[in-house]
Amino acid sequence: MTLPARFQTWFDSRGWQPHPHQLDMLERADDPALLLIAPTGGGKTLAGFLPTLVELAEGGHQGLHTLYVSPLKALATDIRRNLTMPVTEMDLPVRIEDRTGDTSATRKKRQRADPPHILLTTPESLALLTSYEDAPRMFAGLKRVIVDEVHALSESKRGDQLMLALSRLDAMAPGLRRVGLSATVENPAAIASELARHPDPCPILHADPGPDPDISMLVTEERPPWAGGGAKYAIPSVLREVKRHKTTLIFHNTRAQAEIFFHNLWLANDEDLPIGIHHGSLAREQRERVEQAMVRGDLRAIVCTGTLDLGIDWGDVDLIIQIGAPKNVKRLVQRIGRANHRYNAPSKAILVPANRFEIVECVAALEAVRDRDLDGDPKGPGPRDVLCQHILIRACAGPFLAEDLYREVKSVGAYAGLSRAAFDDCLEFCATGGYALRAYDKWQRLKQTGEQWHLRDPRAAQRIRMNIGTIQDTDTLKVRMRGRGKPLGEVEEGFAATLTPGDTFLIGGEIVRYESMREMTVEVTRRADKEPKIATFMGTKFATSTQLSQRILRMFRQESWPELPEHTAGWLALQREVSKLPEADRILVETFPHDGRQHLCAYGFAGRNAQQTLGLLLTQRMEELGLHPLGFVSTDYATLVWGLDQVPDPAPLLSPDTLREEFETWLMGNAVMKRTFKTSATIAGLIERNTPQVRKTGKQATFSSDILYDTLARFEPDHLLMRITREEALRGLVDFGRVEEMLTRTAGRIDHVDLDRVTPLAAPLFLEPGRIPVAASGAQRMLEEEAARLMEAAGLSG
Amino acid sequence: MNTLPVTFAGETLHLTGSGALHWPARALLCVSDLHLAKSDRIARREGRMLPPYETRATLTRLADVLEATGATHVVCLGDSFDDLDGQAALDREDAETLAALQAGRDWTWIEGNHDPGPVTLGGTHRAELSLGPLTFRHIAEPGATGEISGHYHPKCRVRGPARPAFLMDRERMILPAFGAYTGGLDCSAKPLQELLTDPAVAILTGPRPVPAPLPRTGRRQHLPPQGRPRRIGA
Repeated sequence: MTLPARFQTWFDSRGWQPHPHQLDMLERADDPALLLIAPTGGGKTLAGFLPTLVELAEGGHQGLHTLYVSPLKALATDIRRNLTMPVTEMDLPVRIEDRTGDTSATRKKRQRADPPHILLTTPESLALLTSYEDAPRMFAGLKRVIVDEVHALSESKRGDQLMLALSRLDAMAPGLRRVGLSATVENPAAIASELARHPDPCPILHADPGPDPDISMLVTEERPPWAGGGAKYAIPSVLREVKRHKTTLIFHNTRAQAEIFFHNLWLANDEDLPIGIHHGSLAREQRERVEQAMVRGDLRAIVCTGTLDLGIDWGDVDLIIQIGAPKNVKRLVQRIGRANHRYNAPSKAILVPANRFEIVECVAALEAVRDRDLDGDPKGPGPRDVLCQHILIRACAGPFLAEDLYREVKSVGAYAGLSRAAFDDCLEFCATGGYALRAYDKWQRLKQTGEQWHLRDPRAAQRIRMNIGTIQDTDTLKVRMRGRGKPLGEVEEGFAATLTPGDTFLIGGEIVRYESMREMTVEVTRRADKEPKIATFMGTKFATSTQLSQRILRMFRQESWPELPEHTAGWLALQREVSKLPEADRILVETFPHDGRQHLCAYGFAGRNAQQTLGLLLTQRMEELGLHPLGFVSTDYATLVWGLDQVPDPAPLLSPDTLREEFETWLMGNAVMKRTFKTSATIAGLIERNTPQVRKTGKQATFSSDILYDTLARFEPDHLLMRITREEALRGLVDFGRVEEMLTRTAGRIDHVDLDRVTPLAAPLFLEPGRIPVAASGAQRMLEEEAARLMEAAGLSG
Repeated sequence: MNTLPVTFAGETLHLTGSGALHWPARALLCVSDLHLAKSDRIARREGRMLPPYETRATLTRLADVLEATGATHVVCLGDSFDDLDGQAALDREDAETLAALQAGRDWTWIEGNHDPGPVTLGGTHRAELSLGPLTFRHIAEPGATGEISGHYHPKCRVRGPARPAFLMDRERMILPAFGAYTGGLDCSAKPLQELLTDPAVAILTGPRPVPAPLPRTGRRQHLPPQGRPRRIGA
């Protein structure tokens, strides 16, 4: 395949050669679906757009030709800038515009009346576009859809929503071709089948992955601590690396750790190197300031989290530092790809273990990267809450036949196996709520007239459109300086609820003092303290992937560990001597007394979330057996329980039947379930995030979604939303799926080692934060004590 | 049942953990802001179909507290229905449950801002009700004394999440909402802060009612309560 003359001349004029995969894309331009896997900096975007530009170069195409969808608004803007260059330089008759939540209303209106040739947008903006009655006119001439960073979209419900939207586009623009652009992933075939119209084939093109990354683990003079995630010990070494490189990205697994690290880095930054912080809890203004400084090349380092994971070109990054074990090899590889956007130059990355066990994890991850052994969990079928929203969006666009919509939905890979009955359940939910008590036959949201389904009240379309999307802000509260202060960022509601005036915490690299809660805003004042009293707000914690955990367990089988630093190898050897090292097909359980309490440590290697669930189930059972558990703590590899009584035989506690039974009873009343319910109920259109006008009545009209959950749990526990919630919870934070995986893997083989003191492998667990007390009545008692103290102080008691 | 006895306007009143007020001397039970048939109104107006079980849930709780207290006079402090159409929307089972609760009891519906008109179901309908030293009305009036009101759905936070709460000073008491589908207004909100004069107390609902001083917002300074000199030292 050769380039058309005009394009060849342009490439020549810049002294460039098209990459082989760019030409391949051009050659296969007529394929109905195509997936390109290319590393960052591999000319991926141009590869995606080249066929469009060649087709449009002829002139004569009226209206929309290519739709580009990316997960980030910023990416859409970035791509528009990059595409404009070749278009202007080759003088192509092509109009390019972007459309996101930030686009002005007048411009959006004009885009619907007179669409550009290339429209750059996000899944949510696209879903909104398909909800308009004039959508068929706008999309009639559409030829190609390019989905960028499809690997990232595929990890969330945004991907499912996008693919459902594409099934609508197919109906409006027959013959539409789909192109996916992806970073390196473990299972390209899975992404390809999600992308293609089912059952179309989707060929996969691989770009040259480039040279292997230059990746190593930081070994410092000072030994990493036994526990914790701060990696404070490594600050001098990290600072030294920052000085040696042009621009360094310092990735953290949680926002909280990023805050603490940034704070400590700043304290040690004697030369006042310009270093910024960037994470999802910071106010948008603050993030944008850092992004702009980054693009200008003003910053030497950015302390960041996953928000910088995606492929925006931030300029000349030449070093990636990952603080804390990467937990997931695929994410690590993608992060490493952020360094050196020049093709064919190796990316450079340094892993910094935060504690002793993470040294083992980091070494395992390094090996996995070298073996190109990426991890990932298989995805379940298409989520039904997203389908419910899709049905409502379809209804906004005009009357429809259930039969037609069902057929369209089945053309989406993730929903290919959806039964008609399951689809009808979702349709029924959208129409009447789907309750056993037929309360709403009069007020249906969707009605059927003849064969056609339509909105009972067309004005409802506005409310539905305002709530399109699957991204859920966790319940967060804004933080701002008292008075007319600027917004600093957000903290989770759960964290805010634990604050008492006077508590200090870190946000945006500053230590602030909690003063009061005012109309859902956390008011703080600035503090000059050196150490915050409360470490910081919570934030998501990633669990170590199954594959990485398996790799660690395989390492444990070795005779010796020459690849590990001596102190770590010696630690493992000592554990083997006094107890045992955990094995993949057995659960090791140690019991020992310490500090006047009996302890039980179960090494399940199931990841933090599943180990946490295991801790809850174990202690619940122990409570029932009268073993008086007092609390537990979990890490990615083990759960440590302490209590008053010794557990003579842990086997019955860990039997699969017991755990499953405990799980069922425990799940219904669980806070995680309530949070999951809220997410699904919002996506499915039962709860609104946005309402047309907020009436100021001086009274809170909304009420907590927990109330809805409790009501359903009591009166209709098998309602569609409850079933969806249960399924979702198994995968997410509760992660019972991995408890199940552990039970299958170990099949009741339990090694019980009873000792008279703490074992080497269990010792770090004593230093872990996040100890959870077991006390159902404890919360009420603590409230009563606090209230009594306040009454006393106010002179009101007695 | 877990109740907290308080003295208000010279009367002994029992506040229940579920958010009802019991006046044993008059065998009277007062609940506020039931918002029955709220789900029906939301479906009618917004198109969202919430689980239609809130009336059932609220009436069940009311039945429980009536049984526990043995009250023979019930005062519903207004906003008993989410709107006037709501009474018609009660399904047969819920209507029967309500009728059974009303049987053999004096039942007073106080007018609220959501249901500002006569209630077609049994019972007496009034704008407000005075009994002895107490006056029952929906929205608190400035300068009132011995007043029991609702409307605001007050909530209060001491430790852990906010809970629906009774707010009380020497002259007035504001009841939490008793209805299942009700949100709340934090007691730090301006109207509540202004209505109540120190020493004011919040009684948090829950497994056991818990009294705490009414938290005062930010910059406002309050003097310690008069007539109760604080002891310095031991």
